[in-house]
Amino acid sequence: MASTQQLEDLTTQVRRDILRMVHKVNSGHPGGSLGCAEFFVALYTELLERNEGFNMDGIGEDLFFLSNGHISPVYYSVLARSGYFDVDELNTFRLINSRLQGHPTTHEGLPGIRIASGSLGQGMSVAIGAAQAKKLNDDNHLIYSLHGDGELQEGQNWEAIMYASAKKVDNLISTIDLNGQQIDGSTDTVLPMGSIKEKFEAFGWVVIEIENGNDIESILTGMNEAKSNTGQGKPVCVLLKTVMGNGIDFMMHTHAWHGKAPNDEQLAIGLAQNPVTLGDY
Amino acid sequence: MKTYTYTEKKDTRSGFGAGLAELGRTNPNVVALCADLIGSLKMNTFIDENPDRFFQIGIAEANMMGIAAGLTIGGKIPFTGTFANFSTGRVYDQIRQSIAYSGKNVKICASHAGLTLGEDGATHQILEDIGLMKMLPGMVVINPCDYNQTKAATIAIADYDGPVYLRFGRPSVPVFMPENEEFVIGKAIQLQEGNDVTIVATGHLVWEALEAAKTLNEEGVSADVINIHTIKPLDDEAILKSVAKTGCIVTAEEHNYLGGLGESVSRVLALNNPTPQEFVATNDTFGESGTPAQLMAKYGLNSDAIIKKAKAVIARK
Repeated sequence: MASTQQLEDLTTQVRRDILRMVHKVNSGHPGGSLGCAEFFVALYTELLERNEGFNMDGIGEDLFFLSNGHISPVYYSVLARSGYFDVDELNTFRLINSRLQGHPTTHEGLPGIRIASGSLGQGMSVAIGAAQAKKLNDDNHLIYSLHGDGELQEGQNWEAIMYASAKKVDNLISTIDLNGQQIDGSTDTVLPMGSIKEKFEAFGWVVIEIENGNDIESILTGMNEAKSNTGQGKPVCVLLKTVMGNGIDFMMHTHAWHGKAPNDEQLAIGLAQNPVTLGDY
Repeated sequence: MKTYTYTEKKDTRSGFGAGLAELGRTNPNVVALCADLIGSLKMNTFIDENPDRFFQIGIAEANMMGIAAGLTIGGKIPFTGTFANFSTGRVYDQIRQSIAYSGKNVKICASHAGLTLGEDGATHQILEDIGLMKMLPGMVVINPCDYNQTKAATIAIADYDGPVYLRFGRPSVPVFMPENEEFVIGKAIQLQEGNDVTIVATGHLVWEALEAAKTLNEEGVSADVINIHTIKPLDDEAILKSVAKTGCIVTAEEHNYLGGLGESVSRVLALNNPTPQEFVATNDTFGESGTPAQLMAKYGLNSDAIIKKAKAVIARK
């Protein structure tokens, strides 16, 4: 197990990767990516039981599905720094002929990606299918998925949420990134969703709340509690309260940086707030 | 001229059910999903024999397509079952992103396609599904013509690695294809040899094409009849070989002329050998309630319509 300092160092480096990736091509989604940096680091470093290399079928290992594909910068950074591909390839993000498309895809053969995502609301269904395949294969490993809170406005999620509990898909941990922001403003101004916790509970899920979703220790505690609730007949939902743009002061607590890249000056400020730890790509 | 006869009429959806049942016995990776239409899709035998490999999704087709995509991750070969309308238009983006773009090995099996669904009317009679599916990069599109061919196609697609749209229907139609004929994806089947006009038909219109050819023959017109069960990839070679001989062509399908088999054939001809063509297809319209026979007559999708178009296209040579 990595030390807290090692995890924090990796998170800082991931933040730098995110900023530099979106700055270089003047496009991409830094806000949600920064908000989920600690989660991705905890997931790939401490939580997922992973096999060496990459195999699409993922037999005998835990699998992760990103439903809110627009936060691809954090996904790519953590995949690269977890050994799925060379970190230098982060230089190609969103460029022509790259495997690092604007939204994640299997189409270009990037190791670590098992489904295309970007058009919202589809990832939970896919995760459920993968979870049911695990059961058919007598494979006791878990399926993890991540979804935006605004994404829950897509109706397909609620088909999936209803199905997962009805069919006792209890090898699934679906995390909702509760940052309260979406493109047009806060979720409460765009389309208030009421209590997401009560909704999941009403649909028959176990719900675990992580109050500080930008604190690695809190994430590990909450996710391990989620893990201990698997295998008991119910799917598990984690409500991860995060701050959009976390770690870059002027990007925090606003939807303004959902899909906007920093300019040169803003990049310099952001990088200064997150000094190099493991080394830039 | 070859003679085609039949001893019984059966629905093509039952051919799907029989093929799926056989796959249940022979291929342990085949799994089936259904959105509350087990009886309509004739999936009962597979389910009875393989309850652990069947997933009842409920009335939630978008979720079904996503779950099917997920099941492929782990080596399963999912066959989804619902009506053609709910297999395509309702879930286009789910198929596009989670199945086609993601390159997942899902078999989208669609019953009650076209007007022959009958009395339920236009809400359920999709005439755009071939177009929707053939436009998706990498999607194979198959529309078999009778019970035997649908059964054979169902079995064959399990051995093909990639997304497939398999379209079939509700009414009982003549069973005339040989019971054990091998189904080769993308390989057209020559049913009649003729020199005056090519008739290329798919699905329920193949039998009508044979009936039309018989009548035309009695009138001294010899028709080349080709069964195009696979619309994508299209057997360009078979079409070009035939029109090189006949110099004109009629395409016949239970689908809108926009986006259907006919347009795919037109492209092949335009690129290789511009040839007069007439379309037996619906004319950019929705359907309506009625019996299958009434609807096929009203919308010009039967042997009479094929004969008229054949004569018209011969006159244009």
